[in-house]
Amino acid sequence: MMKIVTRLAAASALSMLASTAFAASLTVGFSQIGSESGWRAAETTVTQNQAKERGIDLKFADAQQKQENQIKAVRGFIAQGVDAILIAPVVATGWDDVLKEAKEADIPVILLDRQIEAPDSLYLTAVTSDQVHEGKVAGDWLVKDVGAKPCKVVELQGTTGSSPAINRKKGFEQAIAGHSNITIARSQTGDFTRTKGKEVMESFIKAEGGGKDICAVYAHNDDMAVGAIQAIKEAGLKPGTDIKVVSIDAVPDIFLAMAAGEANATVELTPNMAGPAFDALEAYLKDKKAPAKWIQTESKLYTQADDPKAVYDAKKGLGY
Amino acid sequence: MIRNRNLPFAATVLVFAGIYLLCVLQFPTMLSFRVAGNLLTDNAFLGVAAVGMTFVILSGGIDLSIGAVIAFTSVFVAVLVRAGVHPAVAFALALTLSTAFGAVMGMTIHYLAMPAFVVTLAGMFLARGAAFLITTDSVPISHEFLDMLKSLYIQLPGKGRLTFIGMVMLATFVIGMVLAHRTRFGANVYALGGSQQSSELMGVPAAATTVRLYALSGFLAGLAGLVYTLYTSAGYSLATVGVELDAIAAVVVGGTLLSGGSGLVLGTLFGVFIQGLIQTYIVFDGSLSSWWTKIAIGILLFVFIVLQRATLLLPRRSGKAVAFTPIPRGG
Repeated sequence: MMKIVTRLAAASALSMLASTAFAASLTVGFSQIGSESGWRAAETTVTQNQAKERGIDLKFADAQQKQENQIKAVRGFIAQGVDAILIAPVVATGWDDVLKEAKEADIPVILLDRQIEAPDSLYLTAVTSDQVHEGKVAGDWLVKDVGAKPCKVVELQGTTGSSPAINRKKGFEQAIAGHSNITIARSQTGDFTRTKGKEVMESFIKAEGGGKDICAVYAHNDDMAVGAIQAIKEAGLKPGTDIKVVSIDAVPDIFLAMAAGEANATVELTPNMAGPAFDALEAYLKDKKAPAKWIQTESKLYTQADDPKAVYDAKKGLGY
Repeated sequence: MIRNRNLPFAATVLVFAGIYLLCVLQFPTMLSFRVAGNLLTDNAFLGVAAVGMTFVILSGGIDLSIGAVIAFTSVFVAVLVRAGVHPAVAFALALTLSTAFGAVMGMTIHYLAMPAFVVTLAGMFLARGAAFLITTDSVPISHEFLDMLKSLYIQLPGKGRLTFIGMVMLATFVIGMVLAHRTRFGANVYALGGSQQSSELMGVPAAATTVRLYALSGFLAGLAGLVYTLYTSAGYSLATVGVELDAIAAVVVGGTLLSGGSGLVLGTLFGVFIQGLIQTYIVFDGSLSSWWTKIAIGILLFVFIVLQRATLLLPRRSGKAVAFTPIPRGG
């Protein structure tokens, strides 16, 4: 309480100054879901960095995984008269009313990272990745890497029924369709976790003649890939050479594995959703031209040739 | 002159006014009908549930099931409406169900002489589990009837709105105040919270009062669920986790004695407002961690518990028993 009181006192003295000094710059409210994963924390950091670079005054509200908190935050932003609102929605439903209020107040809303079930006239645009495309990029890399040689792939799926698991599987299958030398021999869920990834990989290795027959492992996220690398090492094989490792997300740890030659490729789910969002917003505010309703973020492929150590160093400070 | 027993309530109002003043000093826009309207709308479901919690705590009990009942009600209604049932029918069904659920908990507490904590904890798991059983998805609902309810708002100056659910909350508080301070049932609740044995000696029907009490809390939790459904136009089984704790905090910060027997329903409204205000301040500031809300509420809770202890222990002017004092006037 004391802290808040002193802050209040100091801030109220400053507020006069502040309101004149930054009169020209944009104020943007950002309602974040929470910080449930490393990626989410990185998204927050990147958003704050992006805002700082552009001289945007970012009002940040962490919803602690609760939609009611997000709605409250958005209402608060509207009452404050911010210039725009970014929302990373915790669920797909229940946004119509508060978005209508934002629209009536003429405040553009941009969705980050997830889509919602509401008429698309209620928001300016949504910035998300394309999960099918992510799987496809991973698959394309493998197709190129193995060439015409036969290749038996084992797949570590995400949580059964989750949309990234379904979509990343679909994209990968699209990429290898028409390349009969590449087959998916086994596919099982590793629940997006390291321990489950390791366990499932161990059983794959046992089932496939001690792992000699496996040419590559495709994991729906990096964490499972890191687990799989461990399992491969324990089976006496060399990950990255005996069994190729390709996964999705591009979290810092996979770059360490890549630098050590133990992982081959990863597809980035960029935490920089705010960059494209701010670009679209600034363009919109400048000449009132509405962007497309969906902005797809780049699903960048990283391989051992991309100086993984440097990427690791750049990423490790983001809060992953 | 403020009577001793109303001291916590006066403190609550003072704290509320103080916090609002500090907020307005820093952000002048917080003194607007818009923010006031938001405060009512955004906290409507918490407020409705907190009225029920006030009665339960006044009687010396506790109800941990309300967050789960809110989620269950919202999912139940959403799924029924999706299946083609008219919302009004779904609302009635949901309220009947939640009231019965509360009554059964009340019966268990009284006839099996079980601690309310344990019984309502079981109720919490039961209701949350049932909500997940119905569906784990978030189910959107849209219906003309719901749109009609939502269109019943009063336009305030400065684009503020007194929404339908805001009005529901205010009405719940008014009815709760009448029930607590002007009826036999209310008097019995206060007596029960003072001391169960002596209240029985006085002829307070403990069984009927306990069952009605938890039925009321169940009903209001159900109503809060309907308010939440209107608020988000959706039912979601993961929603409102921990709202029972927010409600308890609102009741205690509102000046009600956690051990029962003393407090005002109106105090709870201010308890809800204080929580909402701190959240609004944090959003307006935009750089504070939202977890400051919890810290501030924690400190306020602590201060109020100490304050209540002090007012009870220090000047025992009006005889020894708080429970036997007449029902507080108005509220």
